[in-house]
Amino acid sequence: MLEGIQSGANPTSWLAQGQALFLFLHVLGVACFGYIVAKRLVPLIRAERDPRLDRPWARLGKVFRFWLGQWKHPRYKTAGTLHILIFTGFILLAMRAFTVLIVGVSPNFVMPGLSGETGHLYEVATDYAATVVFLCMVLAITRRAVFKPARYEVPAKFGKAHKADAIFLLALIAILMVADSLFEAAKAAGQVQPGQHIEFAAALSLPWLLKIFLVSLPLSVLGGLCFAGYLLHELTFYFLLCYRPFGIQFHVETSLFNVYFSKLDRGKLKPVKWGVSDEHLDQVKSFGVKTFEDFTWKHMLDFYSCADCGRCSDNCPANAVGRPLSPRFISIKARDYAFQHYPMFGRSDNGQPLIGSIYSDDEIWSCTTCGACEEECPLLVEYIDKIVDLRRGMVDDGAVPQSMQKPLKALNSRGNPYGKMEKKKADWANAKDFQQVCQVKTLDKKNGADTLYFVDSITSFDDRLQSIGRATAKILGHVGENFGILGAAEKDSGHDVRRFGEETLFLALRDHNTDAIKASGVTRIVTADPHAYNALKHDYKDVPPVEHISQVIARGVRSGKIEFRPVENGNDVYTYHDPCYLGRHNQVYDDPRDVLDAIPGLKRVEMARSRDRSFCCGGGGLMLFYEPKEDQRIGVKRVQMAAEAGANVIVTACPFCMVNIEDAIKVAGFEGKMTAIDLAELVDQQIVRERPVVTTEAVEIPQECVAGR
Amino acid sequence: MEILVCARRVPDTSENEIELNSTGNDIERDELVYSINEPDNYAVEEALQITAKVGGQVTVVTVGGEDDEEILRREMAMGANQGVLISDDAFQGSDGKGIATILKGFAQKGNYDLILTGVQAEDGGAQVGGMLAAMLDYPFASLVNSIEVLDGKKLKVGREIAGGNREMNEIDLPCVLSIQTGINEPRYVGMRGIRAVASVPIPTPSASELGIDPATVGSSAAKVKRVDYFVPALGKGAEMLRGSREENVEKVLELVAAKGGLK
Repeated sequence: MLEGIQSGANPTSWLAQGQALFLFLHVLGVACFGYIVAKRLVPLIRAERDPRLDRPWARLGKVFRFWLGQWKHPRYKTAGTLHILIFTGFILLAMRAFTVLIVGVSPNFVMPGLSGETGHLYEVATDYAATVVFLCMVLAITRRAVFKPARYEVPAKFGKAHKADAIFLLALIAILMVADSLFEAAKAAGQVQPGQHIEFAAALSLPWLLKIFLVSLPLSVLGGLCFAGYLLHELTFYFLLCYRPFGIQFHVETSLFNVYFSKLDRGKLKPVKWGVSDEHLDQVKSFGVKTFEDFTWKHMLDFYSCADCGRCSDNCPANAVGRPLSPRFISIKARDYAFQHYPMFGRSDNGQPLIGSIYSDDEIWSCTTCGACEEECPLLVEYIDKIVDLRRGMVDDGAVPQSMQKPLKALNSRGNPYGKMEKKKADWANAKDFQQVCQVKTLDKKNGADTLYFVDSITSFDDRLQSIGRATAKILGHVGENFGILGAAEKDSGHDVRRFGEETLFLALRDHNTDAIKASGVTRIVTADPHAYNALKHDYKDVPPVEHISQVIARGVRSGKIEFRPVENGNDVYTYHDPCYLGRHNQVYDDPRDVLDAIPGLKRVEMARSRDRSFCCGGGGLMLFYEPKEDQRIGVKRVQMAAEAGANVIVTACPFCMVNIEDAIKVAGFEGKMTAIDLAELVDQQIVRERPVVTTEAVEIPQECVAGR
Repeated sequence: MEILVCARRVPDTSENEIELNSTGNDIERDELVYSINEPDNYAVEEALQITAKVGGQVTVVTVGGEDDEEILRREMAMGANQGVLISDDAFQGSDGKGIATILKGFAQKGNYDLILTGVQAEDGGAQVGGMLAAMLDYPFASLVNSIEVLDGKKLKVGREIAGGNREMNEIDLPCVLSIQTGINEPRYVGMRGIRAVASVPIPTPSASELGIDPATVGSSAAKVKRVDYFVPALGKGAEMLRGSREENVEKVLELVAAKGGLK
């Protein structure tokens, strides 16, 4: 029997008998964990480089906000609340866990700073923390087992359900909490009996409850329970520690690092290879991700860190319409592959190309790069860079869908995906009736301007969308901008060429446009195309600052340069659809809304999914040429959301959104009941014009043309 | 298997607005962009897929001038082992037979088991493949939309027949096949791939090097001469239905039935 119980005086000495065993378990547990983590680090060492040691303060800020502050969690109320409680409990219990582990080998150990009153307070806090974590586990298990939220389901094509494993892990944590409380309660009960100082145990906490049952038990039993509680705690602790790196709970260890090293530059894409300048890219043998080791170490860490919560896929438009992409399984499949490719024992196998084994072509082409997944992920896992890297690999191997080869070729030879001749680029501005109200000058050596209106391909060439170009030009004229266009010298911004993985072509387009912009001598750029906006802002270097037209309009409204007449039909209900590359990727949410709210009599409602949770229209750029496998169009889902919100006019601020939404209105059967209009078109329609419209060249505008528009 | 693919550079119809020149005997070529004739590209892809399976080399050949090198580089970026530009002033103005004569001269210098051409050039008349086969005394199959290598000496080829039918043929090697688009899905070739082969030398044999009698090629030997080129006058336009959707559906059914489209 245990000596401590015989003496009856010192419950902590109950553990003394097990010191050797506990020490052995400590060493074994730590050694196993160390081995497992070392093995898990092997692929990260073989991975592509990815410099993430810069800007430590910004990174710490991310840690405070997203890790310690659990910023993203409340986006899902129930699960988020549970997670915040569990996380807080873990943080509180961390110190206690270490103390308890040390107590096993050094019974009188007290964590420095946790003696006396502070220690008591901390003990009360941890007693409650353990209780809350325990209750959360019960709730979480109930949720998983009984309520089965849809986003945790694993579609058959992605493998077996993860439910059993998830519940097992949750149960282990519950056991850990019970074991800790049992140890604590038995210890406290032992101290009560001989009439010693009564250990304070927080009322209604798990240890407090257990103590009520234990207090009448004989000391010998208490000693045994104390020992058993400790042993169970230690075994569970180390089992969990060593089991977590095999699945969804590895994030307990990796999340801090994943958040610290997360991407800082929103809207930017990673280069083909870090540390290789664009000029030296030709020397890079292989582009993009083809095998697992082509991922960067941070992207591998992302795979380890994914908690399988399914929030990404729950928000993914491609997933919502049954395209073969589910961002969650981009991570899960890569993780499963990594574990099999780098086994715990023995060497890694030779590996295989990822496309065709764990990923399919269509899965990777299905992504619209809308960013909804990244916006939602509590662990800041990145997806767009990985998708683009995988596409770069496919482009490098020539595996580009047939439907996209023609537009890519045309981009190469003509600078636009439609194969239209360069000299037709400014035709939208040359329509006769438009020229009467607004003359747009093409910038060259003789004609300079302060501002460049970067039109981009779709607005220049698509008959329907040219009206966005004309509205934009008229607005720029109205606010008194001295502006011009590049005309034939403007090639496609290449925004989506890059996001579809054709880096070399993108660089050629970028360099061409950069030269043309510089030669024009402008000091700022305005565009009405969020894709061009994002490209000029994030993908181009050394070009003047760029603004989206909605920002220009909002400023005009605030300064009083733009005034609106009331909407004609007061019964219309408007809703604003956030374009991904204006909203999520560039955080322009309020300017377009402020503009709409400044139009007298305009009734505006928000869709359930708006702002940073906006639902993609179906994708722009080359996505218009891709023929996805899907049950339904993404745009159709979006216009249905607008209908649910009670809106009959969808306002957007992107030509690609316009294409997709107008098509979707027809497909969804809302023709005649619902319309779509671009913010620039609406503003142009409602603007109060007191002076002649646009004079980028000094021309007399006949007054009736102005009034008669 | 040694495969020769005969290719040609043509103005890309999807990226040009084809207009007549002022004299009316040709199109305005100033702002045109060119690319490889599309069926030829399918032929190269097919050749690459065959050699990937059974081994061998793919050579792509074209008759023309310096400008035509770009399509050879493109096909080499795709994976062709060699590009050859047959170039000689004497070839100027060759008709289909003249081109076939030139290609025959080149083919005889090599040891090709299989010669592929595109089914037709976008600005041509689908003549060269058949003539080349006849000149070489090789068997010929046109409009081929599938190829299976049976053994070292035979191919099983599928051909497209009017009305959407197919027939399968066995054909002895060496032979000439004209390849239909849709036989495969040609791989993508980007700027990067083309740059990678930018400095690979391209042989440019002349008439004398290939032993071609200049009298059999070029404009003097051409027996087919283009005498006119024009855009046909547009016929009567489509009939626009301007009723409600229901009325339009009725009307369409009526019209289609009247023309015998519905029974």
